[in-house]
Amino acid sequence: MLAAIGADSIDDLFADVPEGVRLGRPLELPAGKPEQEVYGYLRDLAALNVSAEDEISFVGAGMYDHYVPALIDSILARSEFLTPYTPYQPEISQGGLQVMFEYQTAISELTGLPVSNASVYEGPSAVAAAGYLAKLHQPARSRFLVSRALHPHSRETLATTSVGWGTAIEEIPLADGVTDAGALADALDDDVSAVFLQYPNFLGAVEDLDALVPAARESGALVIAQCDPLALGILRPPGDFGVDVAVGEGQTLGNRLDFGGPSFGFFAAQQAHVRRMPGRIAGETADVDGRRGFVLTLQTREQHIRREKATHNICTAQALNALAGMLYLSWLGRAGLVELGELMLQRTAYARDALAAIEGVEPLHSQPVVREFAVALDADVDAVIERCAADGVNPGFPLGREYPEHGNGLLVALTEQRSKADIDRLASTLQAAVREAVPA
Amino acid sequence: MSAEPAAPAGTRLSETAQQRDRAVTIYERSHPGRRAFVAPELDVPRREGLLPERFRRSEPARLPEVAEPEIVRHYNRLSKRNFDLDTGFYPLGSCTMKHNPKLHERVAALPGNARLHPLQHPRRAQGALRLMWELQSALAEIAGLPHVSLQPSAGSHGELAGVLLTRAYHEDRGERRTKVLTPDTAHGTNPATVTMAGFEVVKVGTDDRGGVDLDDLAAKAGDDVACLMLTNPNTLGLFDPAIEEIERIVHDAGATLYYDGANLNAVMGRTRPGDMGFDIVHFNLHKTFTQPHGGGGPGAGPIAVSERIEPFIPRPQVVRRESDDGAGPTFALDHDRPKSIGRLRGFQGNYGVFVRSYAYILSLGSDGLQEASETAVLNANYLMARLRETVGEHLPPAYDRTCMHEFVLTGGPMKNALGIRTLDLAKRLLDHGFHPPTVYFPLLVDEALLIEPTETETRETLDAFAEIVGEILAEAAGDPAAARNAPYTTPVRRLDEAGAAKRPVIRQPL
Repeated sequence: MLAAIGADSIDDLFADVPEGVRLGRPLELPAGKPEQEVYGYLRDLAALNVSAEDEISFVGAGMYDHYVPALIDSILARSEFLTPYTPYQPEISQGGLQVMFEYQTAISELTGLPVSNASVYEGPSAVAAAGYLAKLHQPARSRFLVSRALHPHSRETLATTSVGWGTAIEEIPLADGVTDAGALADALDDDVSAVFLQYPNFLGAVEDLDALVPAARESGALVIAQCDPLALGILRPPGDFGVDVAVGEGQTLGNRLDFGGPSFGFFAAQQAHVRRMPGRIAGETADVDGRRGFVLTLQTREQHIRREKATHNICTAQALNALAGMLYLSWLGRAGLVELGELMLQRTAYARDALAAIEGVEPLHSQPVVREFAVALDADVDAVIERCAADGVNPGFPLGREYPEHGNGLLVALTEQRSKADIDRLASTLQAAVREAVPA
Repeated sequence: MSAEPAAPAGTRLSETAQQRDRAVTIYERSHPGRRAFVAPELDVPRREGLLPERFRRSEPARLPEVAEPEIVRHYNRLSKRNFDLDTGFYPLGSCTMKHNPKLHERVAALPGNARLHPLQHPRRAQGALRLMWELQSALAEIAGLPHVSLQPSAGSHGELAGVLLTRAYHEDRGERRTKVLTPDTAHGTNPATVTMAGFEVVKVGTDDRGGVDLDDLAAKAGDDVACLMLTNPNTLGLFDPAIEEIERIVHDAGATLYYDGANLNAVMGRTRPGDMGFDIVHFNLHKTFTQPHGGGGPGAGPIAVSERIEPFIPRPQVVRRESDDGAGPTFALDHDRPKSIGRLRGFQGNYGVFVRSYAYILSLGSDGLQEASETAVLNANYLMARLRETVGEHLPPAYDRTCMHEFVLTGGPMKNALGIRTLDLAKRLLDHGFHPPTVYFPLLVDEALLIEPTETETRETLDAFAEIVGEILAEAAGDPAAARNAPYTTPVRRLDEAGAAKRPVIRQPL
């Protein structure tokens, strides 16, 4: 091969690398290992983790331990879905492009909004992307109003991402676990670019969007709602309330926990915003023989065409994870999505009552909840969690770091994988732990 | 895809089997009452009125109603309408379509990884945090820069992190700089990122050897410039031999030097961004470190930075803590980073991607990574030589010098002499079972083809590709319509993209 090139050695091929910048030594990394040794090493590392396989976990706070049906593993393992790049050649990418089209339809149905893209990275960065859409929509407006019950990771990601946009972020406080409508009304003016809400919110409460959205829209601000797509099986969709952009974390739809990723973010909007959407969008068309087909469309929004004028810089997104989402929604189906939502609603109510009956445990708010609720402990929450962990129960996510006002708060999440027996065990374990723990 | 014979000019082949299988969506396969999901029993007492009626959805979302066999068949059939890397050559320039070892899927799926909650207490996620710390260390060594954050989700996200780090670094020194330089050969994500981060894009020209125009750079590198974003080797597949001079100009101006790691597969073990003087690097784990691309993600875009940038990297950061009692190190998430730019996403990043890429690094090791880069460069130069030999007259290299892991041909002479465009060649390649190279990028090359074979490919595959390109051009010499109307054998033929954009149908009417 070197002879065909006209080179004497591999070194010749690197002649353009100046002497002064060559490494000149081997990389200081271990020597390569056979497959079975790599497997063994990584298996041993994985065994050091306590996963939802090993304990009864009630941790949610943005990602949830739902069952992932086996058919998803089977389809995702297909090389034809697993190993292609982004579908730049539509004639040989019809499978992936049609999945995007089907997925966009499902997200549009769930959110009650007419347009969806084909996925973004994940939840919080989707919130930031929606903020960028609002900025492009009305560049002169300079205030973002953010509910304190928006996921803390979303609030922080928005702040990080928007640092160069000339927008100030102001937090709207909560009243009994939901965004304070009066405080929002007072903060609104014609300089507000967007209002950010979560539905259900981070503390599990279902926000009354009718009390929030109309005032925001009247001021000319966009309303951006981060939503739990599974809860939207039974909740009135954000589009019905006049929300402009609905985004969120797609992990609950058929994706593994994977210690936080990869999953996918979804992004849906009112029709008026379609040409400012971030990322890939698949559209239906026909080929030269009149056959139905699908292509990436509206690409004049995107970085590879518009460069510095693009509506977002995203290129690689989460196509395989969005496929898992589509498979999950097909598996649940029209009836199953509602049944799953009802089951979570009932078990969450049961769990909330069971925990509230424990001495030293109080509900943190009285709002309706679907799959998650918050309680305040009359004991050191970290000590309680450690005590429960020793009994094989992970009782929830401690709120103190993100919400100092709820220093011993605990956020408890349910999925269809937590049965009544599991909930009863949580209640008894938590009761014992609270009793033992040093009072806060 | 099977390689079927070329269509005679102006005639229509009979439909292929794939073409007879017309597109039907899952919604169109839906039938009321069918289902796959069986709900767990309601094992708690049912209560009414838990959700006020005004919060309730009035009609169920119109999801498909299908049983498991239909779902499996539908998506298996759809999969067969995709071309993929496991089936054939995929020389998509700038995308580094190297083999995805099967072991990686197995280790990523271990329950200790796949079912690990991202908010599990660090004490009970020691394996995951340790894996992340070890990956950080390995990437730091490969980059030649001491600190790594794994958090960004893709290359573009890593770029955004890098430009935001640059902003934070300058602001911390009390400087307000407003411009970021990008070469005119840059990936589109670079200028898009600059705008999103609130900076103004200033383009730097390319000289006649394909490198950065040093005079233009020197003229534009003023004290209002925050950063130069550079890929080296660049998107022409050329290593810029003036990198030391570039580094001096940029740093003398007080700006930072950012390395777009999309092309890192060319240089592992030979040189490192840190050795070249870069301050910030992003990696594309889905390129260089072989995360399967999934038809458009997932990926991951970790960043490596120099000491002076370290205070600003995203939080939380995975850290290793030595124990006092000789019990061995522990691993933790450090949130207490007061100068950090903050989070760029939820949780700790695309951990499942980290598992796969770390498996790759462990498998190849020090020598293997270097050999991967050397073989990638060898393969690219060999394929360039073979193509120069077979089609050099009509499809010459845009820059006739040693390339790195990829190279650019110009289809200008082909268009003039044979009457077919780069697009036509790309479409005709589909009939021969090859994924085409990247086309019409970089923008400054007329009728560009950007070809990246990667270290995965055998000499026989490269020879076969060169021969087929030769055949297509020979065919075009007699009958240019054969390529202009290609492809013929794919599930669909050329699609009406203009019509799709004009009247967008982006969801199924239900």
